[in-house]
Amino acid sequence: MTSLTHNYKRVYVWSIVVRLFHWTTAFSTIILIITGFIIADPPAINSNVEATNSYWFGYVRAIHFITAFILVAVVIFRFYWSFVGNRFASWRNFIPFTKKGISNIWHVLKVDILLLPDKDHKLSNISIGHNYLAAFSYLIMTLLFVLQFSTGFALMSETSDFWFTNMFAWILPFFGGDILTRYIHHISTWIFMIFILVHVYLVLYHDYVEARGEVSSMISGYKFVRAERFDRSRPEVEENN
Amino acid sequence: MDHTLKKDDTYYESIIKKGHSRRDFMKFATFITAFMGYESSVVGQVAKALETKRRIPVIWEHFQECTGCSESFIRSDHPLVADLILDSISLDYTDTLMAASGHNAEEAKQESMKENYGKYILIVEGAIPTKDDGVYCTIAGRTAVEILKESAAGAAAIITFGSCSAWGGVQAASPNPTGSVPVDEIIKDKPIIKVPGCPPISEVMTGVIVHYATFGTIPDLDSMGRPKQFYGKRVHDSCYRRPYFDAGLYAETFDSEEAKKGYCLYKLGCRGPVTYNSCGTMGWNNGVSFPIKSGYPCIGCSEDNFWDNGPFTERLVNVPGMGIEATADKVGKIALGATAVGIAGHAILTNIAKKKEMKVAHEMAEKNKNRIKD
Repeated sequence: MTSLTHNYKRVYVWSIVVRLFHWTTAFSTIILIITGFIIADPPAINSNVEATNSYWFGYVRAIHFITAFILVAVVIFRFYWSFVGNRFASWRNFIPFTKKGISNIWHVLKVDILLLPDKDHKLSNISIGHNYLAAFSYLIMTLLFVLQFSTGFALMSETSDFWFTNMFAWILPFFGGDILTRYIHHISTWIFMIFILVHVYLVLYHDYVEARGEVSSMISGYKFVRAERFDRSRPEVEENN
Repeated sequence: MDHTLKKDDTYYESIIKKGHSRRDFMKFATFITAFMGYESSVVGQVAKALETKRRIPVIWEHFQECTGCSESFIRSDHPLVADLILDSISLDYTDTLMAASGHNAEEAKQESMKENYGKYILIVEGAIPTKDDGVYCTIAGRTAVEILKESAAGAAAIITFGSCSAWGGVQAASPNPTGSVPVDEIIKDKPIIKVPGCPPISEVMTGVIVHYATFGTIPDLDSMGRPKQFYGKRVHDSCYRRPYFDAGLYAETFDSEEAKKGYCLYKLGCRGPVTYNSCGTMGWNNGVSFPIKSGYPCIGCSEDNFWDNGPFTERLVNVPGMGIEATADKVGKIALGATAVGIAGHAILTNIAKKKEMKVAHEMAEKNKNRIKD
């Protein structure tokens, strides 16, 4: 290790589209989890109002359904964006079955999960966008999300005239009726909660250990990358302020 | 007028021969049309069909069952409905209700099946055991599987009455000691109309038969094979307590003030939101009541596998294979807690394992701090 401190350069990693997607997903998921648990086990408010004059549980369900539609819309948009967005948003990041991807997963498992010392200090091991393990976990969460919204819309389909929700009607007989479909919907909520916990922790971990702006990158869009990683044959960018 | 019933009588002729008036007949046609969910202009079509069409022969097989479906059926509140099954639709074989027994009954069935080959309706009540060559249900020395295959061969359509023949029912519940299966797991090449329920509502049972008799086609079925006209809506959506659900007013125990007030039974495990049936609209016993109206949550008796999706009075079913009382939420809380503990451990270990490199980085950053121009 040289005795000089490293030079870091600001790189625009997360475009505004990706950031908006991230936060819409995050807030929608939290709203869905909260309203979902209220729907599963509503607090019994033994109020003396007439049923006619109160509709709070109906609103909770309405919020749950509307949020679900918003979430599906942004996920579909994100899928599209993985083909037109920048290199860090590309679908290629989420499929780790390449030599580079697998070696990166090994690196992350060893250094960040098992906390073993990083002996080689290879710069290319430090991901600029997603690391491959994280990106793969997002792929799995996306698949789980597909399960979650297809079971949800399947449950909605029987009382809905909307062609989109009715597309999922076949899920009910596939899982053997509403009871089991609802149950699967409920269980996978817990997996989302576990994912959120692990995801937030690992973001904090990377920021704490590496201090490259991991947390703020999802707000500003920038990450800080070591100067040695840039292609010297390309002209240096001049910053004016 | 000759009052003896003949096999080739029309429905109308047989009803008139039984001593009912044409007015009774028209009342019945109106009533059953409404039950089938058609507009009043269809009444004429139903009446016309019943007047001109020959009665459809029905073979009613009983396998692993409690006969509750037959009990429900004969308690149909409209007099002509009872007549319809007992006389009018030419019930050629039902070992519970028919007068003949033993060899005579079996012979009558064989004869009717031969005579009406490809034309009769087969009604099946009860599940079919398949384990150990099906010995757990035998009639006249033959197994249920054998009898079902034989009766189904010449049937125009099969109607499964009750949750047992539609889904498997109580005998197919875990651990299913006799290897019971519903009809559609044995018969694959016939149209099957599932009329589940434990038991089904008698007017629903009659309505399905009349539909077939009137239109000559099987009714519009949903994705699970049930007639949409009777199973198209969830009990929840036709429940008179639904306003309490939307208002968030729930009974939490059976003896509470809220239960007395008739609040929603959702928190007492009501399966109304996941159960498709006509209980909320038709009611039972001449429309007098249905479970929720009587203060007890729906147990989802017309849904597949309802016995195993217990406990009935709790919203969340137990996780299979994890012992009793292991609901998804308990398992989830443990998993979430374990993750949190693991994260805390990882955070502590991070400070130990990455101490050196973080220290180097920190020292350099500290030195850089001193180089800042004022």
